[in-house]
Amino acid sequence: MDQFTLNLLVVGATFALYIGIAIWARAGSTSEFYAAGRGVHPVLNGMATGADWMSAASFISMAGIIAFGGYDTSAYLMGWTGGYVLLAMLLAPYLRKFGKFTVPEFIGDRFYSQTARTVAVICLITASLTYVIGQMTGVGVAFSRFLEVEVSTGLFIGAAIVFMYAVLGGMKGITYTQVAQYVVLIIAYTIPAIFISLQLTGNPLPPLGLFADAKSTGEPLLTTLNGLLNDLGFAEYTKQKDTTLNMFLFTVSLMIGTAGLPHVIVRFFTVPKVSDARSSAGWALVFIALLYLTAPAVGAMARLNLIDTVYPNGTTSAPLAYEARPDWVKNWEQTGLLKFEDKNGDGLIDYVADGDKNEFDVNRDIITLANPEIAQLPSWVIALVAAGGLAAALSTAAGLLMAISSAVSHDLIKSQINPSISEKGELLSARIAMGVAIAVATWLGLNPPGFAAQTVALAFGLAASSIFPALMMGIFSKRINNKGAVAGMLAGLGVTLVYIFLHKGWFFVPGTNSFTDADPLLLSIKSTSFGSIGALINFAVAYFVSKSSEEPPAEIQDLVEMIRVPRGAGAAVDH
Amino acid sequence: MADQSSHDDKAYWAANVRIIIISLVIWAVVSFGFGILLRPALSGIAVGGTDLGFWFAQQGSIIVFLALIFFYAWRMNKLDKEYGVDD
Repeated sequence: MDQFTLNLLVVGATFALYIGIAIWARAGSTSEFYAAGRGVHPVLNGMATGADWMSAASFISMAGIIAFGGYDTSAYLMGWTGGYVLLAMLLAPYLRKFGKFTVPEFIGDRFYSQTARTVAVICLITASLTYVIGQMTGVGVAFSRFLEVEVSTGLFIGAAIVFMYAVLGGMKGITYTQVAQYVVLIIAYTIPAIFISLQLTGNPLPPLGLFADAKSTGEPLLTTLNGLLNDLGFAEYTKQKDTTLNMFLFTVSLMIGTAGLPHVIVRFFTVPKVSDARSSAGWALVFIALLYLTAPAVGAMARLNLIDTVYPNGTTSAPLAYEARPDWVKNWEQTGLLKFEDKNGDGLIDYVADGDKNEFDVNRDIITLANPEIAQLPSWVIALVAAGGLAAALSTAAGLLMAISSAVSHDLIKSQINPSISEKGELLSARIAMGVAIAVATWLGLNPPGFAAQTVALAFGLAASSIFPALMMGIFSKRINNKGAVAGMLAGLGVTLVYIFLHKGWFFVPGTNSFTDADPLLLSIKSTSFGSIGALINFAVAYFVSKSSEEPPAEIQDLVEMIRVPRGAGAAVDH
Repeated sequence: MADQSSHDDKAYWAANVRIIIISLVIWAVVSFGFGILLRPALSGIAVGGTDLGFWFAQQGSIIVFLALIFFYAWRMNKLDKEYGVDD
């Protein structure tokens, strides 16, 4: 059986599984559609959160970014895991005690203001939509490869499937399908990593293999990689290239963005008890860490294998002839994501650091998917990775679309525009909101502002600057009032959005930017790192505006006291 | 009686905040500290072809994060019982 048929078969089988579960658990009432009736066990909830969380950015894109960025990209690893510590301690238990369905609902009640709720909806939609653009990029890459089509065709096919998938089931369908998706994606991620770690170091555990000796040289793997990169003029893998300031701010932004992303927070509304909200965050991180401890090994080893492929006789000898290129290069050339341009006309693939002489252009987003092909693993492994990448992208896209649609139907239409809307009408408006979000994200995904993980990092910056500070202050301070929260969210989101648009183009339209991340507006702060500055502005504005206006009413202060104590957390009530 | 319970709730919250602060100090030290700012200071300690700071940035911090969340969940369950506020 050829690779193409095998890919179709494996991907088709996993899809049949997800759709089967979605139909089996099809959402009936609105409360099930949003929060799955709150009957989900912490371990299963942790697994589903893991699938929800680990998107195309983690699965498809991150290892490739690490492979080419080395130490600097540790910000992704620390940022996207460290945020769970904040979630577990600063947000999840209290939001569960509060016992409502959506993040804007909490902000609206705590800051006793429909304006605050509407502003929260705007923040949520801005961050989530940016996130979906990143997912669409990843979906496009995955479909283009396994259907062997151009990347934009892959994107359209992917968008159609995401639409059918997300509109079909509600949260409950998503919770159980996401457990299945987690299992598929973690197997697909770790199996090739184990194979490759064994090949290169003889150690079956990739996280240990990363720091083990390479079979080829007898020296540590990272020393070997540093040596090869040096020969080709690249900076050493383990060396810091970014400024400490930017790396610090980037990590902060990803961490607090993690804790501020609505589609992750709503997960903790679905556990039975407050204590479960704490342990759910822990279980989620266990399942996430399985991938995040593997990813740095995948990155370093992929870079090593890539160099070995291009320089089969070592970096001091001549590179591979283009005519002798392996099949995986040919396959990826079809997608347009891997390019060879024979600048000096010698017919050899010169892969070097110097941009004027380099002839081999590899899109970062293909590394994870191409990795098993590069390492010449069996064809079923390649098919499995394609299925895993799609599971990651689909599950997160679906979770985000849920968050967007519930914000629109529940927090805008039902609570403000038309309170008498029927359940049927509410579900219909939720589905229309999903469709619009997918269309916009697909259109912007054709010319994405960066590689999948970078686009997603922008979404984290937006969540960090808007939602996280409002939630945290709402719980930890009784003094922050409606005016402060609204002003803080608007200031944080506004400044961050402008900074991002200045660097990535207005509304992400290419060519409308005035600065680039290589030469940013302020110091060395890239647009992906600015969320932490935005959060700081949010905190400061909220504090000073609240300080100069009246205290929140007594019943709101009582509400804050109530959510701080687990006692009496019943089932959630809709109003 | 109501005053007593609201007094207890305040003490419970203060104890919670104390545990959070201790946990977050450790959280910051392993990631922002060892992984980024203090990496040059730790560069003398070799780990598999690189240094301890690199290990913390790519692996160590994640392991500590895990331990912190489960410690917090365990400690808070105990605290909930002490104050009789478990749900």
